[in-house]
Amino acid sequence: MLYSEKVMDHFANPRNVGEIADADGVGEVGNSKCGDIMRMYLKVENDVITDVKFKTFGCGAAIATSSMATEMVKGKTISEALKLTNRAVMEALDGLPPVKVHCSVLAEQAIKAAVADYYTRRGIDPTPIVGKIPECEEGHCGV
Amino acid sequence: MKRVIYVDNAATTPVSPAVLEAMLPFYKEIYGNPSSIYSVGRKAKAPMEDARTKIARCLNAQANEIYFTSGGSEADNWAIKGAAHLMAQKGKKHLITTAFEHHAVLHTMQALEKEGFLVTYLPVHENGIVRPEELESAIRSDTALVSIMYANNEIGTIQPIPELAEICRKHGVLFHTDAVQAVGNVPIDVKAQQIDMLSLSGHKLHAPKGVGALYIRQGLVLPNLIDGGAQERNRRAGTENVAGIVGLGVAIEEACAGMEERNRRLCAMRDRLIEGALQIPRSRLNGDRQQRLPGNVSLCFEGIEGESLLLMLDMKGICASSGSACTSGSLDPSHVLLAIGLPHEIAHGSLRISLGSQNTEEEIDQILEELPKVVSYLRSMSPLWDHITKNDRN
Ligand SMILES: Cc1ncc(COP(=O)(O)O)c(C=O)c1O
Repeated sequence: MLYSEKVMDHFANPRNVGEIADADGVGEVGNSKCGDIMRMYLKVENDVITDVKFKTFGCGAAIATSSMATEMVKGKTISEALKLTNRAVMEALDGLPPVKVHCSVLAEQAIKAAVADYYTRRGIDPTPIVGKIPECEEGHCGV
Repeated sequence: MKRVIYVDNAATTPVSPAVLEAMLPFYKEIYGNPSSIYSVGRKAKAPMEDARTKIARCLNAQANEIYFTSGGSEADNWAIKGAAHLMAQKGKKHLITTAFEHHAVLHTMQALEKEGFLVTYLPVHENGIVRPEELESAIRSDTALVSIMYANNEIGTIQPIPELAEICRKHGVLFHTDAVQAVGNVPIDVKAQQIDMLSLSGHKLHAPKGVGALYIRQGLVLPNLIDGGAQERNRRAGTENVAGIVGLGVAIEEACAGMEERNRRLCAMRDRLIEGALQIPRSRLNGDRQQRLPGNVSLCFEGIEGESLLLMLDMKGICASSGSACTSGSLDPSHVLLAIGLPHEIAHGSLRISLGSQNTEEEIDQILEELPKVVSYLRSMSPLWDHITKNDRN
């Protein structure tokens, strides 16, 4: 299995790793049984994502897709961030091996989960805006 | 370029200089087909027979009990499919193996299940060792074959082969062992240990890839797996891999001659590595502490995932492997780690370091220097590690 140079770069030098103590939204997706967990922290001001951090347990692709996803939503409005697709994350990384596509799905979901939490904290039901975030079920990881 | 520390010798080994030296003439001057009548062919025959004798000597077999194959996988396929089909003619269609065999055995068993054979998979327990009494109670009147690996490729545990084979002999059941990881590392005597068939592979013991052998006890005639020409006394067709076979002979001779001294050195390095690595919090050794291959260190680190660990180690110039799901391209972690009862989330964080004769104490120092740093770096970005440590505090 071969990763692109971009994937290796984001794995070796992940952007935006860490936590935000006073985050406005935190989302976590995946589970340890499947071998991937991603957690995203958002700081939001006037509907704009001013800061974003992540923590990921997972393979090289999981770390690289988390890193790339955070870069792609930083400075964007919430509605722009919600438009981020796993395909866009993959393309930005010059592709992923087929067995790793589920990592990019997880990255997209992690952003959505953090946005959902942001709305929930503000007393807004996120489901009509963000949609349903699928649970990672046993024996059916990621995809 | 940064110096590379190669500690993945259970995956494959570098060809030793003496082996390469011995092989080269068979690519240059002595290129003939060993079945030919003229001298450039004939000259290839005797060195091949010499290699056969060397292998036989190392296993305490007779030369005519050794058959060259394209490697361990072919030897496993031949032994298992051959014995199963042979015994099926007598109405015996039950096979016994273990849950943690190499895929060359497991997938062969699964293919036979599709043909209507019934397979029992013995448990290997937390220490990664088969219990002889469990084998004995699994044997039935229609059991054709028992196939149990000599040493596991992932966790390095050595099975009680003499006891297991004795039980089979007592019950009139054929016994095969995949000794691909054991030959050259563990003393093997097919006669004293009552082994009917044994698979071995060149590239795990400093011979090239693509050559191996199956030992078949005299008197046992398996149906052929590869039909064609009359090579290997009509039992395995195909123009011989002369250079590879010659290399295999030299490699086995080297491995068996130096075994005791090499193992003393390897075990000391292995034990230092295990003790050092287990200083890392929430780490564990997989498989029995004592009954393990001299070069095998199999570990799990909670809260991190094996593939990212391997990639980080690779960036430090350390080549190792993992039973993590991600390295195999599936989503489930290795069947070996699951077979010894590790939960999925722990099995994901596995690391296998397998030492070989070319490794040095300085390399162990460097691994012990880098490994804890890499593990704590990955833990620092792992939400799973947060969960684990939070539960500790509560
Ligand atoms: C235990 C075991 N059996 C069989 C094999 C397959 O051997 P080969 O690669 O020569 O086909 C291997 C090596 O990959 C092994 O470790």
